[in-house]
Amino acid sequence: MPNKVNLSINGFSIEVSKDTTILDAAKELGITIPTLCYHKDLCVAGNCRVCVVEVAGQKRLSAACATPCEEGMEILTNSLKVRNSRKHIIELLLSEHNADCTKCYRNGNCELQELASEYKIMTQDFLELVPHKNYTIDAYSPSIIKDDSKCIRCQRCVRTCAELQGVNALTCSHKGDEMKITTFYEKHMREVVCTNCGQCINHCPTGALVEKNYIEQVWEAIADPKKHVVVQTAPAVRVGLGEELGLEPGTRLTGKMVAALKRLGFDSVLDTDFTADLTIIEEGTELLTRLKKALVDKDETVSLPMATSCSPGWIKYIEHMYPEYLDNLSTCKSPQQMFGALAKTYYAKARNLEPENIVSVSIMPCTAKKFEAYRPEMHDSGYRDVNYVLTTRELAILIKQAGLDFDRLDEMKYDRLMGESTGAGVIFGATGGVMEAALRTAYEIVTGREVPFKNLNITPVRGMEGVKEASIKIENPVEDWAFLDGVELKCAIAHGLVNAKVVMDKIKQGEADYHFIEFMACPGGCLGGGGQPIPTNPEIRQKRMEAIYAEDGDMPIRKSHDNPEVQKLYKDFLKEPLGEVSHHLLHTKYTKRERF
Amino acid sequence: MANAYQLKRADFVFRNENDYEKILSKTLKRDKQDIINELISSELKGRGGAGFPTGLKWKLTSESKSEEKYVICNADEGEPGTFKDREILSKVPYKVLTAMAVCGHVIGAKKGFIYLRGEYKFLQKELNKAIEEFKYFCNEIKLDFDIEIFMGSGAYICGEETALMESMEGKRGEPRNKPPFPTTDGYMGKPTVINNVETLAHTFTIFKYGAKKFYDLGVQYSRGTKLFSVSGDTPKPGIYELELGMSLQDFVYEFGDGDTKAVQVGGASGFLVPRKKFKDAAIGFKGKLTGISLPTGGSMMLFNSSRSMFNVLDNYLEFFREESCGQCTPCRVGCQQLLLGIKAVKRGDKPASYLEKLMRLTETMQYTAKCGLGQSVANSFSSIVGNFREEMIY
Repeated sequence: MPNKVNLSINGFSIEVSKDTTILDAAKELGITIPTLCYHKDLCVAGNCRVCVVEVAGQKRLSAACATPCEEGMEILTNSLKVRNSRKHIIELLLSEHNADCTKCYRNGNCELQELASEYKIMTQDFLELVPHKNYTIDAYSPSIIKDDSKCIRCQRCVRTCAELQGVNALTCSHKGDEMKITTFYEKHMREVVCTNCGQCINHCPTGALVEKNYIEQVWEAIADPKKHVVVQTAPAVRVGLGEELGLEPGTRLTGKMVAALKRLGFDSVLDTDFTADLTIIEEGTELLTRLKKALVDKDETVSLPMATSCSPGWIKYIEHMYPEYLDNLSTCKSPQQMFGALAKTYYAKARNLEPENIVSVSIMPCTAKKFEAYRPEMHDSGYRDVNYVLTTRELAILIKQAGLDFDRLDEMKYDRLMGESTGAGVIFGATGGVMEAALRTAYEIVTGREVPFKNLNITPVRGMEGVKEASIKIENPVEDWAFLDGVELKCAIAHGLVNAKVVMDKIKQGEADYHFIEFMACPGGCLGGGGQPIPTNPEIRQKRMEAIYAEDGDMPIRKSHDNPEVQKLYKDFLKEPLGEVSHHLLHTKYTKRERF
Repeated sequence: MANAYQLKRADFVFRNENDYEKILSKTLKRDKQDIINELISSELKGRGGAGFPTGLKWKLTSESKSEEKYVICNADEGEPGTFKDREILSKVPYKVLTAMAVCGHVIGAKKGFIYLRGEYKFLQKELNKAIEEFKYFCNEIKLDFDIEIFMGSGAYICGEETALMESMEGKRGEPRNKPPFPTTDGYMGKPTVINNVETLAHTFTIFKYGAKKFYDLGVQYSRGTKLFSVSGDTPKPGIYELELGMSLQDFVYEFGDGDTKAVQVGGASGFLVPRKKFKDAAIGFKGKLTGISLPTGGSMMLFNSSRSMFNVLDNYLEFFREESCGQCTPCRVGCQQLLLGIKAVKRGDKPASYLEKLMRLTETMQYTAKCGLGQSVANSFSSIVGNFREEMIY
């Protein structure tokens, strides 16, 4: 077997395939080697040197993450030499790091802190370097706070921004002691191409990159008797929250989460899935309208393919990178913003509340949503449509602060009026979900029949592949859509902005003939969002995805257009999809932005 | 044996190069394997400081399968106290170009680069002229080999071969993980031979006079001659070609000012040898020589008794604090700790025993840093503090 090598680690023999790193081989033997700059989502950097191990016969130690196994290697992962060196490295990192842990947002979930604790670094023998540095904090972005004093220069954020997102908002500058992670011309994060996706936060081992939190503001709103605080929860939160509370990845917590939110004191606990269903009606109708204009009216000004607009990270990305394609975006607001606009109009009216007394809070797996809520155009209700956006992580903090024993909560249902949802709404949380939900509805509108997939599961659009393509042929449509007879509806799905770039470049070069494309900024879709629990990695994303589809499967209603509350909303308030009220409240415009 | 330690001047590198056309044509006619074998038997080792056997490097790269391969001449001469490559490129550039072309022929590369140190921009014009003329000759003999200058931008770390390649690829100059090595994954991920300017110049000598002539110079494991950049407290600073294997004692007899306190061998990343160890220290690669063997890129700095070793070390550490690329922890933070550490001891903010803690840190830096630079930055600290501890304290 030429592709296999035999080696020993701490005296235990193992056979592994040739390209296996020492780190992975050790893991197979149940030996954990500590790491900091290593992350499963990213290429190997080998720069923190925490994972060094001793290879017999070599004076120098080798980085386990970056060194492939070789035949006959004898490796020691915990020799005295390794331990002393590793301890030194942790001490060095701490000497350069603002280790004021009690005042750190990541206190208790910090990889450096964990290592320091594991190695019992009880004293600071080396000189404190922090006072010698001109560390700065950038807190100008509504989404992300960047605190250089906490940075350990592992470059995980830089690799994330480049490899997963293709954005390159973060980069290294300077060298030696002045080496740091910064932005173009050291501008503030809010002034550069940053999409606020928060993947850097999710990949940061320390507190150098954290979300801007709105925890206190939300507590204040809840405590204010004059305010009616409504909360909406995004689809992906219910399958991620558990990890923050010590449960296994992929634990489904919808009912308990609703119960917790009620205990926290929110006046009404509602569901973003409701406006996800609404998005499908609006966006589906928009797609069909565009197709009609293009195919029947031969209107050449119609922009196809149409791209989804639910992911605010993706929106900011296209605004910066492909501003010439903004007309291809669906004009639909994201479900969060549709919800916000309706909460202070439709909901306020129905509940007989003054919109200025409504505080609209959303729980999102996302940090870009914080930016989205702050967009100047998101005031269509006459007020700020969404007041505060909390991440999944922040919700967990609320729950912990309130002292709720999550295990003992009884499952509860969402409140009514904007709390009803379908399986199509919940799958918005996974890559391909919007596409699947849209197809379930659009196909049925056009043909009068359900999509021809078993149990409505459109499996070709599911899964973790970076770019997915699917097509569905329309046959025997109902009379209104007769012009679509025989048309093969071509779709593409991209998640992770680096994959969005692949699709956009294809479009730019005229090599794509898609009709409809779903774009999600984060790997795996919202379930892998920048506001989700840390760590997030491929296995965890997979588990969350399975949970999302299980939620869908268990829902009594699986198609957005069957959502009775959505139907009622149209009957009582909106009248028709793409109608005047919709146009005013549910649709938006985009902004051309520079690359720098 | 005693003879082997004596200082022997030589004159190969700067000897005229007028016959480069003849040497190139002659060498190209030879069997490729034969050329490699000749280099291997000469026992020429890399003259940049690391001392990897040149013949083996060419052999490994020639065996790597790829349509595209590259030859790079590392002219990012940045080690403090070395200035030999500059002279080679201005006095005998054709030797280097010839060697690059032969290397290209042997390994199957059609493109060569000279990575020229940013501060050597003044060499660019003349060097380009030489390249033009050389290419003209290549055309005449139907040799498909192109050479181009790539200007560095002044970062010391880009002299490290993989950082150099990153820099050429338009990226930040940071060393890569090894393996893979440049022989399989070099510039643009293609097999690449990267040799120091002087190494290439020596191969010219070998092509011209044969491996035996080269092998007969120097001592066991350290064959041939080497250029030394002599500076500091010496009446005759300059560049000298000497046979390898000499003792530092002999060197100081020749170049010292009669009051030599210590010699820094190998530049800021090298070792400081105090007077009492001159006798035991030999300049060359590790082998069966008795005593300390010191490989060097050629920088020899002499210090007399008027010099403060604290200041010398302080100067080196300032340099490294700034010139570390900053990516790996031991080098980036280690350099800061060493520098601030000796200052703190000098001021009395830290006890003298803190030097021992820092000495242990130098070991960690040596064991764990990602690249050759990071592994060697602490050499000056350990050798200066080890030998002149009292000067650090008082």
